[in-house]
Amino acid sequence: MSIVEHLPALQVAVPLIAAPLCAMMLRPSIAWPFAVLASWITFAISVALMDQVLSHGTITYNMGGWSPPWGISYVIDPLNALLLLLVSGMAAIIMPGVRLGIGVEVTFRAQRLFFTVALLSLTGMLGIVITGDAFNLYVFLEISSLSSYALVAMGSDRRASKAAFNYLIQGTIGATFILIGIGLVYMMTGTLNMADMANRLTDLHGSATVQAAFAFILVGAGIKFAMFPAHAWMPNAYTYAPSLVSAFFGATATKVGAYILIRFIYDVFGAEFAFDEMHVGWVLIPLGLAGAFVGSLVAIWQDDLKRMLAYSSVAQIGYVAAAIGLGNHDGLIAAIVHVFNHGLMKGALFLVTACVILRLGRADMTSFRGLGKRMPVTMGCFVVAGLSMIGVPFTVGFISKWYLILGALDADMWPVAVLIVMSSLLSIIYIWRVVEVAYFNDPPDDVKVTEAPAMLLVPTLILTVLCIAFGVATKITVGVAGLAANSLGVYP
Amino acid sequence: MSEHLIVRVVSKMLIPFILLFALYVQMHGDYGPGGGFQAGVIFATAFIIYAIVFGVKRAIRVMPLTVLTAMVSLGLVLYAMVGFVSLAAGGTFLDYGALDSHDPVHGQHLGIIIIELGVGITVAGVLTAIFFTFAERWQK
Repeated sequence: MSIVEHLPALQVAVPLIAAPLCAMMLRPSIAWPFAVLASWITFAISVALMDQVLSHGTITYNMGGWSPPWGISYVIDPLNALLLLLVSGMAAIIMPGVRLGIGVEVTFRAQRLFFTVALLSLTGMLGIVITGDAFNLYVFLEISSLSSYALVAMGSDRRASKAAFNYLIQGTIGATFILIGIGLVYMMTGTLNMADMANRLTDLHGSATVQAAFAFILVGAGIKFAMFPAHAWMPNAYTYAPSLVSAFFGATATKVGAYILIRFIYDVFGAEFAFDEMHVGWVLIPLGLAGAFVGSLVAIWQDDLKRMLAYSSVAQIGYVAAAIGLGNHDGLIAAIVHVFNHGLMKGALFLVTACVILRLGRADMTSFRGLGKRMPVTMGCFVVAGLSMIGVPFTVGFISKWYLILGALDADMWPVAVLIVMSSLLSIIYIWRVVEVAYFNDPPDDVKVTEAPAMLLVPTLILTVLCIAFGVATKITVGVAGLAANSLGVYP
Repeated sequence: MSEHLIVRVVSKMLIPFILLFALYVQMHGDYGPGGGFQAGVIFATAFIIYAIVFGVKRAIRVMPLTVLTAMVSLGLVLYAMVGFVSLAAGGTFLDYGALDSHDPVHGQHLGIIIIELGVGITVAGVLTAIFFTFAERWQK
């Protein structure tokens, strides 16, 4: 067998083995280049996997040579491939800048193990996305969650510990709910392989146990996904975590929760069961829209930029939840595309915050005064990514909102479409507040601020350019999302 | 607690046997009850007893935190290496059967022993490290 056939295993195994090797290196200065190399290799593997999926269709890889449903198999269809690309791409873009960021924002004691924990978190997220086994998904969920709690706690602000503890409690409840749901399905079907589960569940419609399992997984994934009203852990966790960690999580962690939701609703339980029997649309659409409004409204009143971005994430996750709940082809495309696009925009915005914190030590509204002149490139990135967040044409934000509105109209829910446009207008307010302070206020004379160093600026620029690039050339995102929707059995 | 003669003598006598028993549970895991996790826990209790009786400071001198970090990492590296070696030998990831080209059953046996050894080393390291971290803070 050639190496190409083993790429699914290597996708997870490379960051997995890089993590303990980083721990053995003892010094962050040695571990950093190694971690960067590992994340780039991981990204290269996900690009190769995407290429394989697009040319040959779904890939199945049997771990340890045990064929499914007995063994654990890794299954990669267009949906997994796109998410793998997002998660590993974000890691590859953000990891080089981490060396500068952790010097400022991570407590000295924690710096030594930072890269180990970051790589473990990456391993967990990739594992959740790639696996075709429900229990394996739970195990990877725990790997990524436990390392996420540790990463949040590494913030130098003392409140980081409390935020991490809250995150731990709520994250554990979410993971436990998912485990209870998987356990109930296992009890009814006797299998843990997702494809096998899906087959056997078609005969079990109407079973109260399966309905309970669905409810548990929906709530559990909802907590992990920070879906309104289960979003309480997120604002503090993102505010007090080191900015680069916030950038990585904002771009990936909640997206993985969205993946779990899509995979279980459309694939394992099946759209017919979820929508006709459980009426999941009546849960996801109202809560999603409520989240979009509450998140945007709260974001408007925040003084700290990181907290503002965290609440804006609550709003954006609301769109994804509503899109999943629409249950038609365009809606599902909107959900998948927005997961990807929001990752790009939120990653860029959090990296801008990281640049500002590196130079000024904080990122509240007053510290942005005059930054348009002092840090022109950084603030330029903020404006572009911010426009994308609002949904201006030729940015990625427009593409996902366009499909979301198409999906709402296709489902004959025009009030939903109107509410989506209205809540998008709210995001103009919170983005404009920052732009106004940065460009129309004079910089304070006593503080000398220069442009952020290239190590952080280049990743920020890359993500910003991608916000435009994927807004103009939508073949990869929308094309793959369309294939993914087809493979999940949702046709136009 | 080292001022109590009986506690001191008995724990000193017991510690080697606890370590030996841990190795027995480790290696006997594929024939009887046991395995890497259980063995790691038993191995760690030997150091925890030592720390309780003679103080955490002396225990850390026996088992410094850098050694513990190395143990935690080494176990995981050992586990993953079995996967990579089986890849190189022509099987899929973690396919122990590929480890021995002549006799796949022997390969399976070898694979699970190394995997469990990795688990044992990591569990012993993690449990000792958790105990030391909390106990050290409490002493300050």
